Amino acid sequence: MSARAGAGDAPGSPRARALPVAMALREAGLAAFVMAVLAFPLIGFVLADVSGGVTLRTRFEWVALASAIVFAGRFALAIMPGRVSLPFAPAFAAAGGALSRSGAGRWIGPALAGFALVLPAMPFSDRYIVDLGTSVLIYVMLGWGLNIVVGLAGLLDLGYVAFYAVGAYSFALLALHFDLTFWQCLPLAGVFAAFFGIILGFPVLRLRGDYLAIVTLGFGEIIRMVLLNWQEFTGGPNGLSSIPRPTFLGAPLARSAPEGTTTFHELVAPLMEPVYALFGEEWGFSPMHRIVWLYYIILALALVTNFFTLRIRNLPIGRAWEALREDEIACRSLGINPTNTKLSAFAIGAMFAGFAGSFFAARQGFVSPESFTYIESAVILAIVVLGGMGSQLGVVIAAAFLILIPEFGRDFAQYRMLIFGLAMVLVMIWRPQGLVSGREPSVRLHPEAR
Amino acid sequence: MEYFVQQLINGLTLGAIYALIAIGYTMVYGIIGMINFAHGEIYMIGAFMAVITFTALGILGLSWAPAAILVVLVVAMLFTSAYGWTVERIAYRPLRGSHRLAPLISAIGMSIFLQNYVQIAQGAKIKPLAPVVQGSIPLMTSAEGFTVSISYLQLIIILLTVALMAGFTLLIQRTALGRAQRACEQDLKMASLLGVDTDRTISLTFVMGAALAAVAGVMITMYYGVIDFFIGFLAGVKAFTAAVLGGIGSLPGAMLGGLLIGLIEAMWSAYFSVEYKDVASFVILVVVLIFRPTGLLGRPEVEKV
Repeated sequence: MSARAGAGDAPGSPRARALPVAMALREAGLAAFVMAVLAFPLIGFVLADVSGGVTLRTRFEWVALASAIVFAGRFALAIMPGRVSLPFAPAFAAAGGALSRSGAGRWIGPALAGFALVLPAMPFSDRYIVDLGTSVLIYVMLGWGLNIVVGLAGLLDLGYVAFYAVGAYSFALLALHFDLTFWQCLPLAGVFAAFFGIILGFPVLRLRGDYLAIVTLGFGEIIRMVLLNWQEFTGGPNGLSSIPRPTFLGAPLARSAPEGTTTFHELVAPLMEPVYALFGEEWGFSPMHRIVWLYYIILALALVTNFFTLRIRNLPIGRAWEALREDEIACRSLGINPTNTKLSAFAIGAMFAGFAGSFFAARQGFVSPESFTYIESAVILAIVVLGGMGSQLGVVIAAAFLILIPEFGRDFAQYRMLIFGLAMVLVMIWRPQGLVSGREPSVRLHPEAR
Repeated sequence: MEYFVQQLINGLTLGAIYALIAIGYTMVYGIIGMINFAHGEIYMIGAFMAVITFTALGILGLSWAPAAILVVLVVAMLFTSAYGWTVERIAYRPLRGSHRLAPLISAIGMSIFLQNYVQIAQGAKIKPLAPVVQGSIPLMTSAEGFTVSISYLQLIIILLTVALMAGFTLLIQRTALGRAQRACEQDLKMASLLGVDTDRTISLTFVMGAALAAVAGVMITMYYGVIDFFIGFLAGVKAFTAAVLGGIGSLPGAMLGGLLIGLIEAMWSAYFSVEYKDVASFVILVVVLIFRPTGLLGRPEVEKV
């Protein structure tokens, strides 16, 4: 609620200079009054279940508390000098700006990648940490994929999770019906997802940005409802289970292998002889192997996505995306076909979601429509937006932040989406370009002129 | 035939509710050119206001239906408008003049925030409401004994919607506020140069949209008898579809689109499949946008530099 400060009175205006405290008190009083009006019906009363219906309980102390907080917050903002709207906003801005401007970004990226690479070998890494790392990396990969669509091409896609679902279900169905392995399905899942992206994109990409947003949202919901209702094909709400896990060069990472194959620990046993000799311990099956293996798969997939994005930004197509984001009419005048250019961004973004989806299915061993709701799309979008549209590093920071928040306290989990929503609004108000500014153009006419 | 007439009545009732929500979308889009993603949540808040106020009136002992409905409508409209106003003030006004995607993302954030706010404040369970108005008027009976009837509640919903629409149209066409709104819709910058207080006009547009959404929320609560914090999402998308179908930015278009979407949904559920009834409106949205992006009554939009 304290965001009300935003556009209020300019601090330089005569009235504000004359009586800053009185003005601030007045503003804070108004804000507190509005908060009280808002909170009175929805927080002041709560519908409580009783046998045979509902009744009302009151908790006006919460209303008073909310108003008091808003009063204090608004007062603090109003008496603050300068055009600053939040104490930590300029710090964020400075840090973000410095990160994108200076060479810092150049070593932070590789440093993070290096850290990710050695994470499973760290002494503090246990099953939980590696699992969590895998979750974060899935979202990092999805964020990077969506970044191509939203950050580079400037197309607001609210149904990104649909392509994730297409990837997951195509792997699940191919594996269950045709006995294909994860590695055979991975490219296929990407192709299917990209194909869906083209089918959807072709008619709708001529539309204005906000129409596109709602159509992609609709498309995401259509996919989910088809998955939910087409019982005989997708298993309906029960989903599909017993999806095979990814193998290591054809060797399953399991305690015992099916007929005719060897398991991973049997496969590597000969190579590990010197290690056994050194440590005097046999290296048998451990469930940890599979978790670490999954972690490295998603790490590799995510890094491929990142590498691809970084490289394609320097190709004509990548430049065309960014140009299109900045000014569509100018692009059309210069002979860029906007539909085809957008379509390529859409399809490539969808392809990476397809890869991530098939990994998700392989990791869980189970898929159901529950995993592919609109909220999931919103979370991925939040990652891209909070990180800074177009910024690769920003996506990592935002993904880590958003996925790790609920882990720090289970009590917090309930407020996770609340904070997501609020953060999206606040970031848009204070730093519309995201925490790490990514709208730096890839090319400049005069590189020395900053 | 009788079955069809019954579906027609059901569809019109549903369509009236969608039309009320659609007006909020279309007005905001007309004036500031953004999709107010949080509008569905405003409608959901209106529905919660209805359950809370009805329950409170029940405890206070006001059981005469017409008075209760009137009180609930007024209370819900007042408090829901406050939400509409605040949303605009916090999430959209600071972003005016920002890049194109910023208000849209802010709106999505606001929608997620409001949904979870209500979930946390009121709990995730569905909220039931005892029927307020019961009884129906039989209209005709088929040879097989199927009776077509229109319930009093359906009658109230349709009549109230018609009355609100008429009043609203007058407000837009005859009053100073309506004139200011139409001026802002044509050219925001020019209107402000000519002395129209654009900020105030935009705020009032959000307040009016929220008040109509609150009426829709009250009526859906009475109609279905159960609500939860998630109803805003689907209703919002459907009402937006209605606004697009009718031609976004056009008020008669929103009304027409709402009725059509309601009818299509009722017919689709009756004759095709109930499971895919929500898919129907999405499919219509996509088809309309592909073949007639300006909608049925909309003006073609010219993109300018």
